Amino acid sequence: MSTKVALGSLPVTFRFRSRSRLLGILLLLPLALVTAFFFVYPMLFLLWRGLHTAEGLSLRHYLAILSDARYRQSLVNSVTLSAVVTVASMVLSTTLAFFFARYDFPGKRLFKALLTFPLSFPGVVVGFMIIILFGRTGVIPMVAMRIVGRPLFNIAYTLAGLFVAYLYFEIPRVTLTMIASVQKMDRRLEEASRSLGAAGFQTLIYVTLPAIWPALISASALAFATSMGAFGTAFTLAQNFNILPMLIYTEYTMSFNIEMASAMAVFLGAITLALLAVYRSWGQGRGRSSA
Amino acid sequence: MRSRRGAPVLLYVVAVATVAFLIVPVIISVLGSFAGAWHRSLVGDFTLEWYKYVFDNYSRTIGISLLIGFLCMGIGILIGVPAAYAFAKYDFPGKTLFEQIVALPMAIPGIALAVAIIQTHSHIRGNWYFVLLGHLVVTLPYMVDTVTATLRGLNMQVYEESAASLGASWWQRFIHVVVPNIRQAIISGALMIFTISLGEFNMTLFLYTPMYMTLPIGLYESYASLRLEIGSAYTSIFLVLIIPVLLAIQYLGAADESELKNI
Repeated sequence: MSTKVALGSLPVTFRFRSRSRLLGILLLLPLALVTAFFFVYPMLFLLWRGLHTAEGLSLRHYLAILSDARYRQSLVNSVTLSAVVTVASMVLSTTLAFFFARYDFPGKRLFKALLTFPLSFPGVVVGFMIIILFGRTGVIPMVAMRIVGRPLFNIAYTLAGLFVAYLYFEIPRVTLTMIASVQKMDRRLEEASRSLGAAGFQTLIYVTLPAIWPALISASALAFATSMGAFGTAFTLAQNFNILPMLIYTEYTMSFNIEMASAMAVFLGAITLALLAVYRSWGQGRGRSSA
Repeated sequence: MRSRRGAPVLLYVVAVATVAFLIVPVIISVLGSFAGAWHRSLVGDFTLEWYKYVFDNYSRTIGISLLIGFLCMGIGILIGVPAAYAFAKYDFPGKTLFEQIVALPMAIPGIALAVAIIQTHSHIRGNWYFVLLGHLVVTLPYMVDTVTATLRGLNMQVYEESAASLGASWWQRFIHVVVPNIRQAIISGALMIFTISLGEFNMTLFLYTPMYMTLPIGLYESYASLRLEIGSAYTSIFLVLIIPVLLAIQYLGAADESELKNI
């Protein structure tokens, strides 16, 4: 009781701090427990499991991702697919971002809402949308059948279908990220460039693109990371196609090669983690990591 | 500075084509779900047969997904909001590292996390709460992130000190001063949690048991082995559940949807 009386005479701010430590711990404890038991412990176990070989602990499984032809091929395929999808979605989405940020037209809000609507579709639903468009009885092959008598663009279950599907989920993400940065750009720079006699093309290369450069890097990293880790879409469309997430699944559930699946999962996690760190540090996002 | 109104025609064409690419399959899926025979006519012979099939065979998956989604939301608020408050208010050694670790599940692909959890926690597989725990780990960071960012922008210290000087206890300050100021962020975070949980597939595929099959797993099953019309009806039900939530998220505008990576 005596402490309470003593505290009562102290400034309010001081009283805050005397109990703050215990309160802070109590408030964070549930989050810490969930994260520790269901995230940190499993991930550390995964790291260790990947090191686990018949001859004891070694880096063999991790090195096999690069040295063994089958695993290396899946990595090459994943990187190539992600790179092509990233470039294509960046070109298209940056164009769209300028369209939305710079011009006014009727129905703009609806247009933007429709464009970002598929953001929350799970990968399997994205896959189904591609089946609807390009599947065996999909819209485009059916329409082609009526017009030219052959089911053209029946590509849903091929590599081309996978590419189109990845574009489907990247476009809304990248466009949304780019619109924000194009809107923030100081347009007087472009006006100045033009008034100094630069051609439209020169202004684009020497003024506009350098001004949005950080956003281009950030959005590319986001697109690349999402493509590398995407699983549900490929699982719905092209299970025979050898990409990293698909190989992790088959190694674990069909070959029961748990150690190799673990090593690849760690590898994939490290790649997306690094890419998303780039996304956050270059982006206009809230920059949680720097806070 | 002049405001340009007329965009080049080519830009319009690109924009319309892109939106069509994204939205046409959604519309067709909804129309196809009512079509007697998809490949003959989309809008001809109207039928509810496919919906009946989905409800007869998959209504349990819808109920389970809704239940997990709501539980995730509730637990996410109870755990995430106090934690966000502590992150924004207190400083302690290792706080930055702790915050970064808590945010990590947003950056790790679902399949990598699934391969990890299924190895360490296989002994509780088959329990109803197993999938829930998995969903909780990947959704909690979105609540913590949204609410922490809002709290940091508010400078709550000033409000809290004046409330304290009027004799408000910590609990009173938290409920009557802090929470009302971050209500919008809490709702946004909760809706994000619901959206992610309802659509979670990559991780759930490893964690679920047939007894507790969720909606996206059922969707996949229908895409892989059933008629396109049934897949369409099932997908349309998913859309009906998710669209109001998405509209609310857009209306509130506090959450960053571009970071969703449930693909």
